[in-house]
Amino acid sequence: MLGKEIKYLVGKEIRLELKQKYVINGILLYLVSTIFVTYLAFEDVISVEIWNSLFWIILLFIAVNGISKSFSQESPSRQLYYYTLASSQSIVLSKIIYNFLLMVILSALAACFFILLMGNKVLNMSLFILTLLLGSLGLSSVLTMVSAIASRASRNFSLMAILSFPIVLPLLATLMKVSSSALRSPEWAGNTGFIVILLTINGGVIILAFLLFPYLWRD
Amino acid sequence: MIKNYWWKILGGVFLLYAIIFGFIVDVPVTWIEQTIRNLFYHVGMWFGMFIMLFVGFIYSLRFLRKFDEKEDLIALEAVKVGILFGFLGVFTGMIWASFTWGAPWVKDPKLNGAAVGLFIYIAYLVLRGSIEDTQKRARISAVYNIFAFIIWIVFVLILPRVSGPGLHPATGNDIIPSLPMHMGPSMRTVFFPAMIGWILLGVWLLQLRIRIRRIEAQLNDLMS
Repeated sequence: MLGKEIKYLVGKEIRLELKQKYVINGILLYLVSTIFVTYLAFEDVISVEIWNSLFWIILLFIAVNGISKSFSQESPSRQLYYYTLASSQSIVLSKIIYNFLLMVILSALAACFFILLMGNKVLNMSLFILTLLLGSLGLSSVLTMVSAIASRASRNFSLMAILSFPIVLPLLATLMKVSSSALRSPEWAGNTGFIVILLTINGGVIILAFLLFPYLWRD
Repeated sequence: MIKNYWWKILGGVFLLYAIIFGFIVDVPVTWIEQTIRNLFYHVGMWFGMFIMLFVGFIYSLRFLRKFDEKEDLIALEAVKVGILFGFLGVFTGMIWASFTWGAPWVKDPKLNGAAVGLFIYIAYLVLRGSIEDTQKRARISAVYNIFAFIIWIVFVLILPRVSGPGLHPATGNDIIPSLPMHMGPSMRTVFFPAMIGWILLGVWLLQLRIRIRRIEAQLNDLMS
């Protein structure tokens, strides 16, 4: 029952998005323009650390912009309608899955465009791709949950930013560590601890969201 | 527990003892010389902050079970006292760091964890300020508190272990040397009472704040 609801809800989100293309176009434009600005800002070859930090900062801002609207886009009356139809857990899981798919596409595009303009400094491509995947899942689940909290609090966009940055910092710090080792060396050793942490954070956040969301949804 | 004041006096006595004897007791001669005495104060604040935030976490959970607003009040005040201890810990840490490492702030997982913790809980206060309705505010901030606490715990406890050795003690493989087991016996006589004293101080502060809040609430009821 839960699985079918989730599948249908994810399909609904995707179809809504394809019809309107509102979020996707805005985010794509944001992505391209921020990466282009960094390309213009740096004239010489940049170091690995700068590459790493710029990439993840840009990805973070893209994620916050893309996911922040996920709960405030639909009108309250429509949300009440969903409340009567589907269980709250399937709603939150479907949003997390949809945002994860969105983030995977956005991070892949961002990575390709960034590599194109700023040079390919990635030595361990498979580890980097794994980091992108885990990062997309992590950012999606954390930001979906924070977006749910912020949408209930007020219709204020800055609240979403204030709430999301401290909570995202642990995840982002771990992602940056793994990514910087992916940029530096083509080996896998030494990263398992961090990858385990990433998996733990991802799993823990999703479970927490699953458990806590019904309390938020009651309005 | 409100009428009982023996533990408050005990806490005060322990802290006074810690402050006076902290400067008198013999310390082992290490490369950081006399500043190792800061161990009695800085670590105590860290423990106090940790326990306060944990109390806040527990009371947020309890609030979500029964929706009793008194528990939300306790959670809020616990977070505030935790933030106070956090700032004190950071300041004492900065003073210690300028001597030991040459700069008030360095890049280290434990310091990052402390900073992120302060940011997270300040954001909690911002969130509470932005919601008007008391029931809704209590519910939403309880959800945020639980969510944020768990993420912060993972960051602060697990990441330093995995990151390998850093500058701050208790990272990587270096976890043990700062624990009391490896402290000189002379330091232990001040360390344990000091820790207990800081925690009791934290609980006392928390209780005072809760009582002030309750009196305010009663006054508001009477006046309206």
